[in-house]
Amino acid sequence: MQKKTAYSFPDEILEHVFSFIQSVKDRNAASLVCKSWYEIERWCRRKIFVGNCYAVSPTMVIRRFPDIRSIELKGKPHFADFNLVPDGWGGYVLPWISKMAGAYPWLEEIRLKRMVVTDESLELVAKSFTNLQVLVLFSCEGFSTDGLAAIAAGCKNLRELDLRDSEVDDLSGHWLNHFPDTYTSLVSLNISCLGSDDVSFSALERLVGRCPNLRRLLLNREVPLDKIANLLSRAPQLIEFGTGTYAAELRSDVYSNLAEAFCNCKELKSLSGFWDAVPAYLPVIYSVCSRLTSLNLSYAPIQNPDLTKLVSQCPSLQRMLVLDYIEDSGLEVLASSCKDLQELRVFPSDPFGEEPNVSLTEKGLVAVSSGCPKLQSVLYFCRQMSNAALVTIAQNCPNFTRFRLCLLDPKIADYRTLQPLDVGFGAIVEHCKDLRRLSLSGLLTDCVFEYIGMHAKKLEMLSVAFAGESDLALHHVLSGCESLRKLEIMNCPFGDKALLANAAKLETMRSLWMSSCSVSLGACKMLGQKMPRLNIEVMDEKGPPDSRAESDPVDKLYIYRSVAGPRFDMPPFVWTMDEDFASELS
Amino acid sequence: MSKPIEHDYIGLSEQQLPSMEKSSDKKDGLHLKDTELRLGLPGSESPEREDHDQNVLSLKSFVSGAKRGFSDALDGGGNWVFSGGSGGGTEGLFSPRRGGKNNGGKDLSGSDSGSVLKDGAAQKPSVVQEKKPQVAATSSHGNGNIAPASKAQVVGWPPIRSFRKNTLAAHPPKNDDGDGNAEAKLGSGCLYVKVSMDGAPYLRKVDLKIYGSYKDLSSALEKMFSCFTIGQCGSHGVSSGDGLTESRLIDLLHGSEYVLTYEDKDGDWMLVGDVPWEMFTDWCKRLRIMKSTEAIGLAPRAMEKCKNRT
Repeated sequence: MQKKTAYSFPDEILEHVFSFIQSVKDRNAASLVCKSWYEIERWCRRKIFVGNCYAVSPTMVIRRFPDIRSIELKGKPHFADFNLVPDGWGGYVLPWISKMAGAYPWLEEIRLKRMVVTDESLELVAKSFTNLQVLVLFSCEGFSTDGLAAIAAGCKNLRELDLRDSEVDDLSGHWLNHFPDTYTSLVSLNISCLGSDDVSFSALERLVGRCPNLRRLLLNREVPLDKIANLLSRAPQLIEFGTGTYAAELRSDVYSNLAEAFCNCKELKSLSGFWDAVPAYLPVIYSVCSRLTSLNLSYAPIQNPDLTKLVSQCPSLQRMLVLDYIEDSGLEVLASSCKDLQELRVFPSDPFGEEPNVSLTEKGLVAVSSGCPKLQSVLYFCRQMSNAALVTIAQNCPNFTRFRLCLLDPKIADYRTLQPLDVGFGAIVEHCKDLRRLSLSGLLTDCVFEYIGMHAKKLEMLSVAFAGESDLALHHVLSGCESLRKLEIMNCPFGDKALLANAAKLETMRSLWMSSCSVSLGACKMLGQKMPRLNIEVMDEKGPPDSRAESDPVDKLYIYRSVAGPRFDMPPFVWTMDEDFASELS
Repeated sequence: MSKPIEHDYIGLSEQQLPSMEKSSDKKDGLHLKDTELRLGLPGSESPEREDHDQNVLSLKSFVSGAKRGFSDALDGGGNWVFSGGSGGGTEGLFSPRRGGKNNGGKDLSGSDSGSVLKDGAAQKPSVVQEKKPQVAATSSHGNGNIAPASKAQVVGWPPIRSFRKNTLAAHPPKNDDGDGNAEAKLGSGCLYVKVSMDGAPYLRKVDLKIYGSYKDLSSALEKMFSCFTIGQCGSHGVSSGDGLTESRLIDLLHGSEYVLTYEDKDGDWMLVGDVPWEMFTDWCKRLRIMKSTEAIGLAPRAMEKCKNRT
């Protein structure tokens, strides 16, 4: 007779309870409680997140979770965004789509990031998942408008199509025509990355006109300003809108049409686009400004005073993306006007210029940190910084969850004391106890890493460039940062010793990237032998590793944990260091 | 650190050294300008260019090996000296301490470097002024056209996404200065074009701005695609580093099984090498390494087009 305790419920009850547990982490935790919970949980899990598509194989996923409706996959390492990962490295989605086509016919959502998506994959998606509602291709590449046409034609239940930052081969703008006339369910469309031939405007107009639930529309740059009014008038229910090019000769009819159209969008909360924006047309959005919670002007070349004037009209802003044309003075205005600000990103208008073209310094960030008590997330490009400023910022904003500072000269010292910026960043990690993501820059010694290892206990992602002096730096991070999941390092002088001493730590992390550092081939081989559940991938375009000495540093190193073993879709310039590799060569 | 870092780090240190203009302490700013390793760049006579590669090499080692030295140099203040031209080793390349190897002055093994530093310090008053974009500075020193190779940047720094970089490149930042050379400004940034090769399973992308000539481009492409061609391009016994001129490049490519072609802004496919390099980087939208047999007929069209354009 099976002993029944107060804690054994019928499966159906447990399933019902689990249905309230949405977070992946919690689900994973529940599945570890006991075998029966594991079984029940895996049958009723509907949503999975695979942070590294090579950490597990599609077969394994399907075997464990037989009925998934939503999948999110990430491919290439983050530094691929900055062209550090050579083309052909991998991250192909086709094997996943092929396997899931048979196993998950009811799949509703596919979200991919930094993956290679071919037209063939998209055609397979359209054919296999008739119930597909969400397709997000974030920073993906490898497909053309033909693939998009297949999606448009085949996915009759599609609600969301988001191509943010993807690279699409433009073949024809007529893919939009492939949405049948009976198709009316579009809710969110982001085509901001598409090129000039990729969008047939009339098809877009008709599509927008027949989708009454459209809430989010981000256009591509090629949509001219004088067409916007018409488009907006067909979709006054929009909550989020991204313009195309925001420049045109000033004409009073265009101006007044635009102003009226924006005025009629009573629910508009978020604006973006504004490519090539000219100040003349800015006032048309004034009627919307007081409601705006998110504003992305980071492609708009407008300068002060127009820029500051615009910002001062948006007291509800929570999220602000802007170019450094805003300058310190504009940031001070932001600080005094936008008390709800949570996220600020300031991008460089002239990152490769020798001389600063704007007056944006650390003072702007200090002002915002002081004026905006809810500030949590910062990405800030500038040309000078001081420890004192960083300490002030840290004290002002103990709630930071993401802090990314990019000094355009990556090894620049504190401009006032000429000291390294160790103390400043140390203050950040010490005061901001909830910091999850940190990017360092500037002149930094091993000290800053000691501070990070000591204080950054919740840190999950760390990005380092041109910093540190010895392996001790890397050791501090690997041994001290308990929550570390992703570590990416470029151009730093470490380190075999630190890696080998903390090999076990690497299995607790998603991945480690090191390029142009001092990791020797020999150390990689040793790691490969010691740690069978890690894939140690060495990338070198100069030639195979066996042609070089053990002590030679490898060009690029990518280490990630995996239960799927080494992959077999690597290009010629990537080698996996595993037991086979080592024995083959010796 | 045994090996110097990325080959193109130099451009970074030459371009992106700190702007001290905002600093209240102008003295510090000047020091940093002194210590900026602006070899052969703005304001200098052209001989520096030839030495550039040599100096570049030494710069590379310096930067990678000597973090502490750098800050020491800053503390030590003024007149620190860069001994260019030695090329090898890490420590011997510069003397952070005034009392050290170099006696407080411009005692350099490379005379060019010395004069550059002197000139650099003297001719750069505009640098410490605010808001003078690079264009103005360079043009006022009579050296507006800087070859792309000397402006090379570190791959991956600053960390800006390609989408944003391409947007910037297509529409360069506002430049209030009337002094000419807006075109030189356009040259900054990067310009990624896709490179496909007949028979290769995937595309590559190259940044045209980091190459100074057809020779650089061709040797880089050769390295990139060598795994596919089994050394086709090198099969004529001409090694890539070997002083290939533009015409020799065309000969080589004509001779081998593959030719290098590009798609220009009009959408036409042309043979690479027919136009001056700078023009090429402006026009080229995409590259393709195609089989010679398919490239027949491209050459005459290219020459005609070239005549029409000039």
